[in-house]
Amino acid sequence: MTDFSTLSLADAAAGLKKKDFTATELAEFTVREAEAAQGALNCFTLIDGERAMRMARASDERLSSGNGRALEGVPIAMKDLFAVEGVEMTASSNILKGFTPTYESTVSQNLWDAGAVFFAKTSMDEFAMGSSNETAASGAVVNPWRAKGSDERLVPGGSSGGSASALAAGISYGATGTDTGGSIRQPAAFTGLVGAKPTYGRCSRWGVVAFASSLDHPGPLTRTVRDNAILMQHMASPDPKDSTSYTGEVPDFAAAVGKSVKGLKIGIPSEYRVEGMPGEIETLWSQGREWLEAAGCEIVDISLPMTKYALPAYYIIAPAEASSNLARYDGMRYGQRVEGEDLIDTYEKSRAAGFGKEVQRRIMIGTYVLSAGYYDAYYLKALKVRRRILEDFNAAFEKVDAILTPTTPSAAFGIGSKAKASPIEMYLNDIFTVTANIAGIPAMSVPAGLDKSGLPLGLQVITRALDEETMFSVGAALEDSAGFSARPEKWWA
Amino acid sequence: MSVTQDDVRRIARLARIAEPTDRIEQLTGELNGILDWVEQLGEVDVEGVEPMTTAVSTPLPLRPDAVTDGEITQDILKNAPRSEEGFFVVPKSVE
Repeated sequence: MTDFSTLSLADAAAGLKKKDFTATELAEFTVREAEAAQGALNCFTLIDGERAMRMARASDERLSSGNGRALEGVPIAMKDLFAVEGVEMTASSNILKGFTPTYESTVSQNLWDAGAVFFAKTSMDEFAMGSSNETAASGAVVNPWRAKGSDERLVPGGSSGGSASALAAGISYGATGTDTGGSIRQPAAFTGLVGAKPTYGRCSRWGVVAFASSLDHPGPLTRTVRDNAILMQHMASPDPKDSTSYTGEVPDFAAAVGKSVKGLKIGIPSEYRVEGMPGEIETLWSQGREWLEAAGCEIVDISLPMTKYALPAYYIIAPAEASSNLARYDGMRYGQRVEGEDLIDTYEKSRAAGFGKEVQRRIMIGTYVLSAGYYDAYYLKALKVRRRILEDFNAAFEKVDAILTPTTPSAAFGIGSKAKASPIEMYLNDIFTVTANIAGIPAMSVPAGLDKSGLPLGLQVITRALDEETMFSVGAALEDSAGFSARPEKWWA
Repeated sequence: MSVTQDDVRRIARLARIAEPTDRIEQLTGELNGILDWVEQLGEVDVEGVEPMTTAVSTPLPLRPDAVTDGEITQDILKNAPRSEEGFFVVPKSVE
C-alpha cells in the first residue's frame, strides 16, 4: 500500500499512469486529510470534495483508456487568489466574502488542461500582504512544524502560507502560490518545501487577484525540485489576456533537473550577511557553498551594493500599485457593501469594514506616495532605485551564472510573537527575497537543513531573467547534497 | 517628511476609507515609521537613471481589433451587492 502522504508529484503522476492506484483513491485521501487537518492548521478557505471527486472520476476514465495527460488525476491546492470558475474566491478578505468568479484564471485553466484535480482553496495573508499568514480574514494559519519539545503554534510564513502548511502536512502534491516580495519562497523555507517564482510574465496574472501588478509572480510550491519544475511547466504559458505575459516558449524545465552543474559560476553576495542573522543561517549558507563547490561549481564572491535599498523601494512601489489595484473594491459591482448616507459614505464604510488593518495601512501608504506633491519624491525615486537594483544583478550576471543566498533571516516564529512589533520588523522577513521581485528574475528556495530547535531553513538560488533552467539545475544540486528528508511529526489530526 | 494626524485623516479620505477614529494616533505613528525608514532611498544616486516600469522589456503585444467579449450581462451582475433588470443598483450620485 502506497503512503499517499509522502508521495512526490512526479511519483503520484507516475503511479496513476501505472495504475498502482486510482485518481479517485488519491482524491478521497486528499480530501479526507484536508478535512481532518483543517481544524488544527486552518490552511484552507474552502474544501470542495464534490468537485474533487468529479474531476478525479473523469481523470480515471482518461487514465483507463491510456489518455492520461501530464498531471492526470493529481490533486493540486489553489491559493485563494486564483479564480476557479464557480468556486468562492476571497483573497482571504472580508470585502470579497461570497464572491464567486464566473471565469477561470489562466494558470488554473492550464493545470486542469494538464489533468490536475482541484480540491481546495488555500488561505493566505489578506490580499497577499504579509509574511506570516496571520492577516487572513479566516484567522492565522498554523505551521505543521513545531520546535523540538514545544507545542507553541508557529506561523507557516506568508503570504502563500495556506499552500505551504497544507503541503508540508502531506496534503496535496503541489500548490500554487504568488510571490510579490517573497510570498512563495519565504513560506517554503519556513515549512521545508521547495518554492519558486519564475521570471516576471512566465505565469499569466490573468484571473489572479492583483496586489502589485509589476511585482506579482504566480509560481509553484512542492516537495521536491523536480516537482517544482513540472508544476511550473504546466502553470506557465504565453497569454494574450495578460499583456505583460512573456510571449516566448516555455522550456522543458524538468529536463534541467539533474543536469550537471560542473563549471557553473555561483556568486556569493556579501550584502546578504545581515546584522542579527542567526549563526545557524550563516553556517547553512557556507554549507551550501561547499556543496556546490563539491558538485564542481566555481564560487565567486560578488557584491550587490543596492541590496539594502530593495525593501524600502518595495514598500513604496508595492503599496502604490496596491492602492490603485484595490480601488476597485468599492462595494458597487461586487464584494461587500455597507450602506451609507450617500455614495462616498457607502464607499468609505464598505472599505473600512471590508479591509483588514494591514491592507488599510498599505493602501494609505500607497495613496500618500502617489498624492500630489509627493509622487516624484517617493514613487519616481523608488522606480529609479529599482533600475539601480536591476543593474546590480545585470553586472553580477556578467560574472556568475547563479547567486546563492539564505532565503530568510530566521526560521518560523510563533503566531502572535510579532504582534507588538512595528510593521517594519515584519517586513524584514522579505529582506533576501524581495530583490528578485524588484528585478523580475527567477528565484527558488530549497530546504537545506534544520536549525537547533528542529525547524527547517532554506537556501535561495537566483538566476538571470528567463534562465529558470539554471535555477532548477542548481536547486537540484543543493537538494541532492542536503538530502533533506525531515518531516513534521503528525500532531494535527 | 512626516505626516500629522490631520494628514492621516486626509489620506484616509483620499483612499475612501472611513476615518479610523480610534486608530488615528497609532496609524500616524506607523505611517511615520515607514516613511522615515524609506527615507534612506535618498542616499542612492539616481542622477540620469530612467525609472524602471517593467522587469523584462518586451514589446507590448497587439491583437486584432475585433470584438472578443460581451453578451455576458448575467455573469457581470452575478456578484453585484444589488442589481435590478440588468443594471447595478448604486446610491444616488448625481443631484
